[in-house]
Amino acid sequence: MARPVAATALALVLPGLAGCSGGVLDPQGPVAAQELTILLDSLGIMLAIVVPTILATLGVAWWFRAGNARARYRPDWEYSGRIEMVVWSIPAMTVLLLGGIGWVSSRDLDPPKPLAGTRAIQVQVVSLDWKWLFIYPDQGIASVNRLVVPAGTPVSFQLTSDGVMNSFFVPQLGSQIYAMPGMITRLNLQADKPGRYPGISAQFSGAGFPDMLFTVEAVPGDAFDRWIATARDQGDPLDEAAFRRLAQPSRADRPRTFRDVTPGLFTAVANPGAVKPGP
Amino acid sequence: MFGKLSWSAIPINEPIDMIASGLMILAVLGVLAWVTVKGHWPYLWKEWLTSVDHKRIGVMYVVLALVMLLRGFTDAVMMRIQQSISVGPDSGYLPPEHYNQIFSAHGTIMIFFMAMPFIIGLMNFAVPLQLGIRDVAFPTLNSVSLWLTASGILLTNLSLVIGEFARTGWLAYPPLSELKYSPGVGVDYYLWALQISGVGTLLSGINLATTILKMRAPGMGYMRMPVFCWTSLASNLLIIAAFPVLTATFAMLLLDRYLGMHFFTADGDGNPMMYINLIWVWGHPEVYILILPCFGVFSEVVSTFSGKPLFGYRSMVAATMAICILSFIVWLHHFFTMGAGANVNGFFGVMTMIIAVPTGVKVYNWLFTLYGGRVRFQVPILWSVGFMVTFVIGGMTGVLLAVPPADFVLHNSLFLIAHFHNVIIGGVVFGVLAGYTYWFPKAFGFTLDEGWGKVSFWCWFVGFYLAFMPLYYLGMLGMTRRLQHYDDPSWQPWLIVAAVGVALILAGILALIIQLIVSIRTRDRRRDVTGDPWNGRTLEWSTPSPPPAWNFAILPHVEREDAYWQVKRRTREERVAAAKALVYEAIHMPVNSPTGFITAFFAVVTGFALIWHIWWMVALGLAGALATTLIFAWRDESEFEIPAEAVAQADRTHQDAQWTGAAP
Repeated sequence: MARPVAATALALVLPGLAGCSGGVLDPQGPVAAQELTILLDSLGIMLAIVVPTILATLGVAWWFRAGNARARYRPDWEYSGRIEMVVWSIPAMTVLLLGGIGWVSSRDLDPPKPLAGTRAIQVQVVSLDWKWLFIYPDQGIASVNRLVVPAGTPVSFQLTSDGVMNSFFVPQLGSQIYAMPGMITRLNLQADKPGRYPGISAQFSGAGFPDMLFTVEAVPGDAFDRWIATARDQGDPLDEAAFRRLAQPSRADRPRTFRDVTPGLFTAVANPGAVKPGP
Repeated sequence: MFGKLSWSAIPINEPIDMIASGLMILAVLGVLAWVTVKGHWPYLWKEWLTSVDHKRIGVMYVVLALVMLLRGFTDAVMMRIQQSISVGPDSGYLPPEHYNQIFSAHGTIMIFFMAMPFIIGLMNFAVPLQLGIRDVAFPTLNSVSLWLTASGILLTNLSLVIGEFARTGWLAYPPLSELKYSPGVGVDYYLWALQISGVGTLLSGINLATTILKMRAPGMGYMRMPVFCWTSLASNLLIIAAFPVLTATFAMLLLDRYLGMHFFTADGDGNPMMYINLIWVWGHPEVYILILPCFGVFSEVVSTFSGKPLFGYRSMVAATMAICILSFIVWLHHFFTMGAGANVNGFFGVMTMIIAVPTGVKVYNWLFTLYGGRVRFQVPILWSVGFMVTFVIGGMTGVLLAVPPADFVLHNSLFLIAHFHNVIIGGVVFGVLAGYTYWFPKAFGFTLDEGWGKVSFWCWFVGFYLAFMPLYYLGMLGMTRRLQHYDDPSWQPWLIVAAVGVALILAGILALIIQLIVSIRTRDRRRDVTGDPWNGRTLEWSTPSPPPAWNFAILPHVEREDAYWQVKRRTREERVAAAKALVYEAIHMPVNSPTGFITAFFAVVTGFALIWHIWWMVALGLAGALATTLIFAWRDESEFEIPAEAVAQADRTHQDAQWTGAAP
């Protein structure tokens, strides 16, 4: 029992610092940073209303307790036009402000919207039972459960699923997006600094779901090029048959790479039947 | 002969399953044996199981809900224990097959078989009494609704013993819930249980909405109805509009699973995202179906225990109906992360926030109802004030999730779990427990023990904060929902705190059980002779506790809102004069009918046969249900008469107790 108690104490003293990753609270890219700001700003605006409301509720209930002879009992008081107006205005004005934030930020941070900066690296993501396949179409390689990207460079994702739904999510980099069969979703993220950032599926997808983890490794540009070069020389080629073998259910797959990815593999997975528009 | 059913369907070699089902079977057999030994069967059958009295049906709904609260809560305890140990290399004591069934069953049971029956039970019990009428519009249909709900509950619990339950989460998203990925009977148990109980809920919604719209006491215009009736009306209108969507959506998934169609499959041009849209077109109104009647309960309780009329009655009515309509245009916020586009997300985000306006208005109106009152801190108002404090936090995190970019990082995380438990426990559970304590003396003629009620409230209240505040934080750290195990050791301490919170809630539930036992044993000391234990304001408190089958000897004439309060304001002379002027007449009441119970029996047979593909039994079940309906349709007598003298005698006895008792 000593260990959990000590760990609890530590976590209370150092929230977010006690573990491997501070998640959403420890943003490592422009999208995550903006999202955390919006989150905290909205929280602040609402706390300014909510805390006084809670205190007023407790205060009024206590002051007007039956035993308090100093409180004035007004048994027939049931309406006041002025108070009604205030009562409608407070939440309405709060929501006006927050609605503005919601509307504007929804457009600013729309997942398909390209990020400013240098030309983005293209990555095609396929969720499989229960692993992630990352295809680098321009480089002709693919990687399982390990997403290597150059730090400081935007990454443009296209996502689909070979079977059930999953949600692609790297908490420290920001926005998640669903990977769904027969559809292609888009997402743009960037890691500012070199580092390793845990990635998960945020949509339950069956028995192997908790192990559907991947790591984002943001590395300097030259290291990225070296990694691509190595991947081009190693591993198996990824053609239709190799993809079907890979797509068989498996859990906690160790990261590995493929070379010579068949062009158009992603589109073929995303559109098993006729070509359809996305969601 | 028996379709997919064989002896292997009974999970003999899974100890946890067998212990759980063993205990459940023992409990059921124990109750049945007790009823048999005590010779209570005739009474139970004649007075309860075949009853079409809205009060008894309401009570039975609440009993079902309380039993299912225990079942659903057991699931919660198992999940919290699992997550407080399954870190790193330790995978806990529940393998994924089990864990995934448990969280699916927890959600399904708590929403469909705990919250819904509790709400419908309270509405059934209180609405006709508050409206000043003798029964609901369709009494026998009411009994059918109750027993169809019970059928769904029975099938869900049967899955523990025979076969398995869904492992797909409580909304069974396809393609995971399609045959290809969930070949077992678990999803079929889920679908058929909810299809059958869903029909019950829809019928109940039609029944109560008709009752409120068409059957109010003379003089009770819409703007004189108690606010609980208004919120019940809104809730039942939502049931009528939303439940057919659920039925149709499940029907399409069933067609996929049974006839190889491709509505929502991953292949064959199916569109799984359409299911997500449709299920939330039902699912979002559903949460308002649950919370609106609770808002009504809080309105009644705050007003009664403050000794004041509700502040801003018209605002409350407007806010209720605004929520009723707005709740249908926010569903997309459940999947901002599916890439619908900036404008669509922005629109639904803003609409979601707009719902917070009428809800906020309600909170302030309750606050101003307390203002200037003489607040008696009895158990129902503790739940209400606890709700006001807790619910604004849940509302705040809800609005936060309505900001699309915030949702992009919080969707499906434990932050979301904390949010909806914040509003469901802090809103719905506190609400139904306030209603349970408030109307219990009306239903049974004696009050519940105050001391144990307060113990229960404080355990629930503190337990809730301990159990769910850590989850808000864990969600911020990036912990997603439904994890059977996880790697990050820094999450564990918070999950242990959450487990301690659940232990405290367990104490709260035990206190409720003790409260019930203690209150029954000391009922002679706590009799409610006047029928008005709380100094109430609405018409249900003008009847004896428990009310006679006919509720009101003479239908009351309503002149303004808070109808009973107006009666109590009259002088003694006025009351005596009014009593002398009363002319009693014979009352016709509907006869009891086993139709509901028998229909439900055949519904269970049909559902079970469909789950296991036993086609001859499906035909048998459907034929039985149809025959039951036809026999009822051609019944000879539908009503019996209560003679005027009996009515008069009962009413005079009550009036004596009413005005000589402790009433003001």
